[in-house]
This record gives sequence, structure tokens and C-alpha cells, in this order.
Amino acid sequence: MNRDKVISVKNLSKKFGEFIAVDRISFEVERGEIFGFLGANGAGKTTAMRMLCGLSYPTSGSGTVAGYDIMTQGEEIKRHIGYMSQRFSLYEDLTVWENIRLYAGIYGLNRRQTLRRTVELLDRLQFRSEIRTRVGSLPLGWKQKLAFSVATLHRPEVVFLDEPTGGVDPVTRRQFWELIYEAAAAGTTVFVTTHYMDEAEYCSRVSIMVDGQIRALDTPTLLKQQFAAKSMDEVFRTLARDAKRGE
Amino acid sequence: MGSFLSFVRKETLHIIRDPRTMLVVLLMPIVQMTLFGFAISTEINNIDFAVVAPNRTSAIRQQVERLAANAYFTYKGFISPKETDEVLRRGETDVVVVFADDYDRKTLSSALSPTDGAAIQLVFDASNPNIAAAGAGYLQQVLSVGGPATLIEPEMHLMYNPQMKSAYNFVPGIMGLIFILICAIMTSVSIVREKETGTMEVLLASPVRPIRIILAKMIPYFALSCINLATILLLARYALDVPISGSTAGIVAISLLYLILALALGLFISTIADTQVMAMLISGMVLMLPVIMLSGMVFPIENMPKILQALSTIVPARWYIAAIRKLMIEGVPFAAVLKEFAILSGMTLALIGIALRKFNDKLE
Repeated sequence: MNRDKVISVKNLSKKFGEFIAVDRISFEVERGEIFGFLGANGAGKTTAMRMLCGLSYPTSGSGTVAGYDIMTQGEEIKRHIGYMSQRFSLYEDLTVWENIRLYAGIYGLNRRQTLRRTVELLDRLQFRSEIRTRVGSLPLGWKQKLAFSVATLHRPEVVFLDEPTGGVDPVTRRQFWELIYEAAAAGTTVFVTTHYMDEAEYCSRVSIMVDGQIRALDTPTLLKQQFAAKSMDEVFRTLARDAKRGE
Repeated sequence: MGSFLSFVRKETLHIIRDPRTMLVVLLMPIVQMTLFGFAISTEINNIDFAVVAPNRTSAIRQQVERLAANAYFTYKGFISPKETDEVLRRGETDVVVVFADDYDRKTLSSALSPTDGAAIQLVFDASNPNIAAAGAGYLQQVLSVGGPATLIEPEMHLMYNPQMKSAYNFVPGIMGLIFILICAIMTSVSIVREKETGTMEVLLASPVRPIRIILAKMIPYFALSCINLATILLLARYALDVPISGSTAGIVAISLLYLILALALGLFISTIADTQVMAMLISGMVLMLPVIMLSGMVFPIENMPKILQALSTIVPARWYIAAIRKLMIEGVPFAAVLKEFAILSGMTLALIGIALRKFNDKLE
């Protein structure tokens, strides 16, 4: 396989009984890309993402994530990816340090690595003074940044972010995206779902899902040209107009 | 292994960071033991009695004095036959002891004809049947000692619990109830909480095997329950004077097995419930009723209709309580409760199997 394709799927489908949540999607994501995965609620993007993360088995199709087969090597995939769910995913009753230590333990980092990376992480976020603070008492924006940093603590090849900036103010969202750029520059591939169209503009490439299928996939600039639209928002609305599935 | 330990540490922190819940869990057995052991007692302690005796002969006086001297009875005085109904109604006494006019003749003559009627009549206020029944039994015993010897007088021995203490009955029952409640509620709620907050999904997307997540959750609650087990046994032995006549090792062994069963039950509930409230309701209501009603804790299983008897066989608490009763009160060797032990082991394995399978299905 091509080493530079971190994610590569072909005709991936997921059926729940009669309902086809994901309908034969195919795409590739290259190393270091920030890949935006867009779609209205119910378009199937979360289901697709869960299959890529090894949380759900595809009904048919094939694919690899970080070089491992999604049908047979789910455990290996989990070792090499990071995941941040749309709901806040740290433990509020534990301190910043306790959360970091837990995830370091889960991904098998040794003591020295854990300490070094913790210091790096806290310096990057300017969080040093908060190391003994319970996460529950941090502002939401800080929590999200911390959650992202923890999800990439083990230096995964690809990190999956499921609507990471939901409910966060614009300034913090901006800061959050700076973190994403930093991670991508360091070679981590970022796979992100969002419904903020301004965020879609930040992505290297964007795919738009409608009714379980990928209807468009390109760089934001080319997509705007293709649909003769001024913004990603317009592109999205053009595509979503003929969606059959309601919310 | 390192990741497993960090999980156990995390679960322990969750418990420590929530001192109110921990306090409830640790205090619950103490409160329940005290309630059931002291306050809710089916023993008859204080029965008021009045006496109707047209002729107050020395034999009758003797009987009344003997009754009045008894710690369980309180003498309320002589009344006329007409007042009987009224004093009972007004709740001034619980029982009226009526001596026959010819009490002396009836008790002395050795050849009584069946048509003669009784020498003593006991009129009870049976609005509380428990007190009436127990009081009648005891009163009869006391009176017959000083009264006429009937031809066939059974001599009763109350084995294992000569004072008929209700604590002997309740302690095993409370153990059966508390362990199920604490273990099932705590594990199911803590698993469902992670589903609700979304952290469970992150854990499942990590390389940790689900079985380890679950095991790590159970270990701190298991430890907490062991503290409860020690509290209950100490309270039973030293505060309620329940003898621990059988092997302590046997009691501990079967209790540990029961704890594991309860934890598995909690895991099973967590696979059904989607919210913490739901988990709490299922473990609180659905588990509590059968444990109280069908386990033999309150109502003897032998007195139940056949259908309920059959139903009670699938209530784990029934077998646990039976085993603890045998080990603790009767003091039989562990070999005598092998049947209960085997049934509980089977139930535990089945529950773990079903719960794990359901848990894995949910991931799909």
C-alpha cells in the first residue's frame, strides 16, 4: 500500500437493518492533511467515523487506517489513532494531571515519556498552573483544548475529531484550530467533522456527505469554483437542498 | 497491566472524589442493621393484659402474679366481664385473661369431661395478628406451667434461636439485600454515567479491551463491599448478639461469591439502561422487590403459593440468605451449603456470560 495514504476506504457501507446509514463511500486521506468531513445531522458522518475508529464493523467494503485493515485489525488501528468525541471526553472529577496520566497509561507510555510530554503539553497550552485543578472547574474552551492535547498525547498517526468545537466561542475556536494546524504540521493527520462552515475553509480538503453518500470531495477553493459559490456555506446548502433524510 | 492499574486508580479516584456517595454506601449497612435489628422487631416485648376473674381464689391470684412478674407482660388490673370489649377497643390492654368461675375445680379435677369448657380464656386484640399470635403462644406457655397438666403436653425446644430473636432472621436477610443493592446500583450507575458523558466511547476507541474497563470498575466496588461485609458481621456479632456459629471462612467465601454475582448483575443492568436514572430505577425497584418479597427474608418461602415458590428459585438472594442462615445461625459445616454455593456459582457464571455478551453487542 501507499505509505502516504493514512486513510484509504473503498465502497464502505453500513446498514442497520433496512436502513443504509453509509452508502458505498470511497476516499483517501494523505499524511499530514486536515481532512474535513462534512454533512448534515443524520447524513451518516458519525457512523462512517465510528467505522474508521474500529468502534463499529462495516457491513461491506474495505479500507485501511494507519496501514491496518479496518475489517480485521481493529485493535491495531485503535493503538495508532486518537479520538475525541463530540461530547466532552475527559473526566471532570479528576485533575488535569490525573486525566493525562490515565490516557498515558491507556496508550502504554512509560513514566519518562509521560512526564516529558505532560510538561510539553502544559507549556504549549500555558496550563502549568492548572495541573492540580479538577477538569470540571475549567472553562469549556480550555477543556476542549486539553481534550485535544490528551487525544494526541501518544502521537497517533491520525486523530479523529467528532465536532470538537461544538458550543465553543469564536476566539477559542480559532485557538483550537491553531492546535490542529500545529499537530498537522508535526505530521499527525487530522480527520475532523464539523458543522461550522467557516471551519471547513481551514481544511486541506473537504468531503460533503448527503444521505449516506459522499457528494463532493476537494479542496475548499476548488469546491467553491465547482459550485460557483462564494463560500463553503453556499456549497453546502446547494448540496444539502436535495437531501431526502430529514433531521 | 500498566493500563489496567491506571484504570483501577481512576475508578478509585471517582469514588473518593464523591464523598457523599461513599458515605451513603458505607453507612447504609449500619443504618439498615440498626433499623432491622432494634427498631423493627417482631419479638413480643411488652404485652398489656387485664384479668377477668369472678372468684379471686388463691390459685388465680398466683397465676396473675406469675404473669405480672414476667418481663414480657404488664399487668393492668382486674376488670369486670362487661368491660372486656371496651378496654380492648380503647387499646388499654392487648389481651384479657378470663378465668372460669370454677377455675379451681376445673384445674384440680383429673377427670374433666370435654363438655366442661376451658378453665382459662384468652381474648386477644388481633388487629395486629403478629403480636396476637406470638403473644398467645407465649402466654399459653407461661400459664400452663402453673396450671393443670394436660394429658399430652408437648415440650418445646426452639433450636438455634431459643429466645426467638428477630435479629437472627433479619441479619442474613439484610446481607442479601445490601450487597445486591450496593454492588448493582454502584456498578450500573458508574458504567452508565460514562456512557452518558461520552467518555465510554473514548475508552472504547482506545486499545484497552472492554473486559478490562469493566473489571477495573468492579474492583473498587468489590473492595468497598468487603468493608461492608466486615461491618455487618461485626455489628451482627457484637451489637445484635447474633452468634456466628458456623465457620467464618465459609460465611466470607459465600459472601464474596455473592458480591461477584451482584457486580455482574450491575454490569447486566448497565447494558439495558441508557441513563443513570434508569439504571438506578432498575437496580432499586426491580431488584429490591424480589429480594425482599421472594428471598425468604420477610415471608417464609414455604408459605408461598407454588408459583411464587418456583419464582423464588431464580432469586439469587434466596439461596444466599438460606446459606447464611445455615452457616451463621445453625452453625452447620460448609459442606452443608454446597448446594447453595453451587447454585450461586452457576448463576454468577451465567450472569457474567450474558452481561459480557450484551456489553459487546452494544459496541456493535
